[in-house]
Amino acid sequence: MSDTHAQTVAYVRETMLPQQAAPTGQSGVIKWLRENLFSGWVNTLLTLAGLYVAYSFVMHFYPWFAHGVWDANSLKECRAIITDRYGAGATGACWAMIHERWHQFLFGFYPSELYWRPVLTFALLFVAVGPLMFQWVPKKVVWFTLVFPFLAVWLLWGGSVWAPLLVLAGFVLGWIVFSFVGKFGPIAGFSAGAIVTILYFLLAVGPLIDLFHSIIPLGIEHVDSAKFGGFLLAITLGVGGIAMSLPAGIILALGRQSDMPLVKGLSIIFIEFIRGVPLITLLFVASLLLNYFLPPGTNFDIILRVMILVTMFAAAYIAEVIRGGLAALPRGQYEAADALGLDYWKAQRLVILPQALKISIPGIVSTFIGMFKDTTLVVFVGLFDPLKGIPDFIRADFNWKGIYWEPFVFVGAIFFILNFAMSRYSMHLENRLQRDNH
Amino acid sequence: MKKSVFIGALTAATLAAGVAGAATLDDVKARGELICGVNTGLVGFAAPDANGNWSGFDVAICQAVAGAVLGDPSKVKYVPTSGQTRFTALGSGEVDLLARNTTWTFSRDTDLKLQFTATNYYDGQGFMVRKDSGVTSAKELDGASICIQTGTTTELNLADYFKANNMSYQPITVDSNAEGEQQFLAGACDAYTTDASGLAATRAAFANPSDYVILPEIISKEPLAPAVRQGDDQWTDIVRWTVYALIAAEEYGVTSANIDELAKSTDNPEIKRLLGVEGDLGAMVGLDKDWAVNAIKANGNYGEIFAATIGEQTPIGLARGLNAQWTQGGLMYAPPFR
Repeated sequence: MSDTHAQTVAYVRETMLPQQAAPTGQSGVIKWLRENLFSGWVNTLLTLAGLYVAYSFVMHFYPWFAHGVWDANSLKECRAIITDRYGAGATGACWAMIHERWHQFLFGFYPSELYWRPVLTFALLFVAVGPLMFQWVPKKVVWFTLVFPFLAVWLLWGGSVWAPLLVLAGFVLGWIVFSFVGKFGPIAGFSAGAIVTILYFLLAVGPLIDLFHSIIPLGIEHVDSAKFGGFLLAITLGVGGIAMSLPAGIILALGRQSDMPLVKGLSIIFIEFIRGVPLITLLFVASLLLNYFLPPGTNFDIILRVMILVTMFAAAYIAEVIRGGLAALPRGQYEAADALGLDYWKAQRLVILPQALKISIPGIVSTFIGMFKDTTLVVFVGLFDPLKGIPDFIRADFNWKGIYWEPFVFVGAIFFILNFAMSRYSMHLENRLQRDNH
Repeated sequence: MKKSVFIGALTAATLAAGVAGAATLDDVKARGELICGVNTGLVGFAAPDANGNWSGFDVAICQAVAGAVLGDPSKVKYVPTSGQTRFTALGSGEVDLLARNTTWTFSRDTDLKLQFTATNYYDGQGFMVRKDSGVTSAKELDGASICIQTGTTTELNLADYFKANNMSYQPITVDSNAEGEQQFLAGACDAYTTDASGLAATRAAFANPSDYVILPEIISKEPLAPAVRQGDDQWTDIVRWTVYALIAAEEYGVTSANIDELAKSTDNPEIKRLLGVEGDLGAMVGLDKDWAVNAIKANGNYGEIFAATIGEQTPIGLARGLNAQWTQGGLMYAPPFR
């Protein structure tokens, strides 16, 4: 072997050369820049243009942020401080307004000594959604989730402790009837449960609350809906709407796929009507038209009215998103469920919906995010949303009249944090549910 | 809970149907609280402070009525209403009284079934321009771009005025006062138009007020008056005469400071009747003898309210002008109390 090359090749190198770093032009930052930003004259031009735009933005807005004043009692004082520090003509943000009024952005007119109630509710919200959102939370917590809506309503609005308890009792009653009559078939059980619950609410719950309250008057201070505002209002509407619109949307989506003409027809009419009408129209219906239908003096809570309409609006969109998920499921899945001998509800619950919902997650979360942002539209019916309602009345205080961008920046930042969190969670959920088999 | 409130509301609705149409005065007394529709926020007229307490020129009317009816000016629940919701809120019975810088017009009085009680502020529409534009009269605004709030009477007034003077303009529509100011400051429009009271406040809040001038022309009549529902004459009378009591109190020199003393010592029969020392005017509208005393004690007489909320000593700095007493060349004129 060793002789072979001795004749054919004049020189054979027998040691390896040490590795050398790639030439500077072919490695690291410079390579990345050349490949991504300056790979041709078009890209070079675009890069330079982009840099210029970014530079102008920063130069325009940075001083405004950097000159921000946190401690002043009026816009006039802010201006005086900025002129004092940075010379005449300097502009700057007047965050002092946020500093003085931040609590109104968060809570509206909620009594300040009772702020702990919405804060506690918000904290408990995370406990309640824990078992639904994260696998490491003990499953037993789901019982708290079921009680949470009643607890939250009681904490936020206050009043007699018997109201939420007796309303909860109504649902428990309905469930007991359902599980007894349900032995004769799910439809019969559902109808009987619903009828008993509705009758209980119509006839018994009001007098019972009064009766119990007169025997043992337990309760916390009542807070009127008119005092709700800012993010307290937006989150109340948003969370309430999300919690109610998902089940409603699923039912509507299944209804639209149903073989029963009446169910299918009603679902289609509802979905297409709601999707065909702007949200503002529905809000005006909630706030104005209902007032004319209901007799004068009726006190049908405005937040509840708006929440119902927002829920209906979101439910129609969710229904269509889920219908997309149902349609994306291969036909074989339906047939497999049938072949296993599952009835309609079991097939939906065990086979169809888990897959369809998983496919729909991005669409559902988009709808939720959109709905949460849409809650700011309630300003048009005289409620104090954080984006316009609250800043507008703060500007009505002469001290802060003329302030414009600061509330938008502040409120926008909070909305971004909340919505970005929702979006990240949905990606986490998609990853967790990732299966490779289809 | 949601469901039950809904159903509870329906039940309450059927019950309430029986009492609908009862007198507003009885409702307010039974409730122990006056529900007053106010602006969602207008400098000087209605604004909540950092603690959520409302104050302002319109708010003072609410408090005076609460004082007259309930004897306690703090017993008011303020319902903020937007330009779109205000008339429905009143018409549907959500509020007892609408004190929300609302212009008294023919169609609102008749077609919308409102009852305007008594004008408490005579406003009018004006223009503001940049000083360096050299414009000194609204007649020179031909061809100008003008920032204007949509859906208000000011928009219609503007069209009328330019048509009548054979001029053209380019409207830049904005949604709110704050947005209009921002557009005007950014140079998007040559002139900004709104009610003169609003213009003065807007200009005062600018970084450099002296760079801007308010033109002398007032192109519209905007009598602002508290409104109530049509069909309850007693309640209309109560609100109307409460406003008149404030105006009359200024005319006779009755202030929140000297009112108790005057009630004891005055010889003026008109003041005696107003303050319930003589005669029984209160009973004629279903109120106590000292209804007017309580109304005036709330925030003082008309002049005191004006001075404290929008007058020349405040940053808004409005002169009395048309809103002076008739004896001072203004239009504030209360009919006799007898």
